[in-house]
Amino acid sequence: MSKISNFVGVSARKNVEAAIAKAHANESFHALLSLTETRALERADAVDRGEISGKLAGVPFVAKDNFLTLGGTTTAASKFLENFAAPLQATAIEKLEAEGAICIGKANLDAFAHGGSTENSAFGPTKHAFDQERVAGGSSGGSAVAVALGIVPFALGTDTGGSIRQPASFNGVVGVKPTYGTVSRYGVVAMASSTDTIGVLASCTDDAALVMSIISGKDTKDMTTLPDFFVPTKLDEKKSIGVIKEAMTDDVDPEVRRVTNEYVEKLRTDGHEVEEVSLSLLKYALAIYYIVVPAEISSNLGRYDGIRYGKRAEANRLREVYGSSRDQGFMTENKRRIMIGSYVLSSGFFDAYYLQAQKVRTLLINEFNALLTTFDVLITPVAPTPAFILGENTNDPIKMYLSDVMTVPASLAGLPAISVPAGKNEQGLPIGVQLIGKRRDDALLLALAKRIEEEV
Amino acid sequence: MTQLSHDDVQHLARLSNLRLTDDEARMLQVDLDNIVGYITQLDELDTTGVEPTYQVTDLENVWRDDVVDTYDVAASALLALAPVTEAAQIKVPKVL
Repeated sequence: MSKISNFVGVSARKNVEAAIAKAHANESFHALLSLTETRALERADAVDRGEISGKLAGVPFVAKDNFLTLGGTTTAASKFLENFAAPLQATAIEKLEAEGAICIGKANLDAFAHGGSTENSAFGPTKHAFDQERVAGGSSGGSAVAVALGIVPFALGTDTGGSIRQPASFNGVVGVKPTYGTVSRYGVVAMASSTDTIGVLASCTDDAALVMSIISGKDTKDMTTLPDFFVPTKLDEKKSIGVIKEAMTDDVDPEVRRVTNEYVEKLRTDGHEVEEVSLSLLKYALAIYYIVVPAEISSNLGRYDGIRYGKRAEANRLREVYGSSRDQGFMTENKRRIMIGSYVLSSGFFDAYYLQAQKVRTLLINEFNALLTTFDVLITPVAPTPAFILGENTNDPIKMYLSDVMTVPASLAGLPAISVPAGKNEQGLPIGVQLIGKRRDDALLLALAKRIEEEV
Repeated sequence: MTQLSHDDVQHLARLSNLRLTDDEARMLQVDLDNIVGYITQLDELDTTGVEPTYQVTDLENVWRDDVVDTYDVAASALLALAPVTEAAQIKVPKVL
């Protein structure tokens, strides 16, 4: 993997050319859907001429292909947007460009970010960085693999229920899902608006913190953004840490538990107080998630009708245009989620499913808040298993959804959560640990992880 | 367990503006039935008197001035995205 510092103060053109060459050399992983070579080289030359400067001058990166960018397509890995060339850029991209960073391409994902393996991409799956028989994780699988292979030092991703953290864990990179509202969602393809977050995948906590400090902040184009608060920090005092016992049961792969316990031991050796704690509602989080999120998806994806942008199917009547365009543009998983959303929101079922889920969500948040008055940081594995085999879970949606069981709780509560590499299983597959913090404690989580980063 | 019928699935497809083939509908019938069975576990919890959570920003009523903002995107650039246009309008087939 490569660090941001290796790219600063050297020829931007060489950086970009090397990154693009590396992307070509690793095409078999299918981490990237497109390269934006022309625009990237133009910007690199502008950096080398001194016309663009900043903290990331000449540093190449990739963005998940649900970020609107200029100079190429933004497909959301869907047939619907296969040829969509955005007329504007996401705020996160604009902020990175303002600091001189150079987007060299777009990373693969599950179509519309619906999935946990990147197998739902309309253009084929991304392969795991260390075992091409296995999934990259998802939905930000392309972003994670691009960083793990050292194509770029960092990548942007989105995380609605674990889509940055889980692929980060699978591929051995750092992944940050910030406090809800930390980074503007403007110019990013919407999935579930009440839990959608923008974050970063990088090779180390310092780089992740640097990128977060650049992309975060209030944006008038996204009314849900919080006033600026993210400042990279160092941690000198001892923290109080709770390990969630419901996330360490026999259902969790023994190697994942071993690696998590070893990580916790390192924190203890570093002087922090660690205790086992209970989050009794953890087991209900996935059920809440698979009501609330499909409901929001069914609404957000209503816009894909083939009228104003994207692919329009041939038909003689308007209603057939909608139906056929959506039939051809969506993957099965997109349809599944839209229909679950329609079901839980339909009259007669609304109270039983949607309203009940939002009430249990309140109970979950209350339980988190109670724990976080006593403890500074909570710890769980990121996923119950290391990366699984391609095709292993594709015929069983519930089994696939269970891969998110550890990551959805923080999403529902809007809490910051990071995935940091913690070790490997016997086969050499990376395993990550999740650190969950109080709202706005994003930088503290990274600072805590940094203390034992070298040992891991 | 709930029992979603084939008709239920086609009804949901209509509500969702989706056209499903019979094969797709059969497959989704099984999937949706399993998923609905899974999410029904929330019935176990007593939520009497609990307020629902719809958003987690801790922000309230974020206002902006009521003025048109084009966000630096020209109307022509947006129109250019539409599959069919005529005289600066988006063209669609007959409604009825």
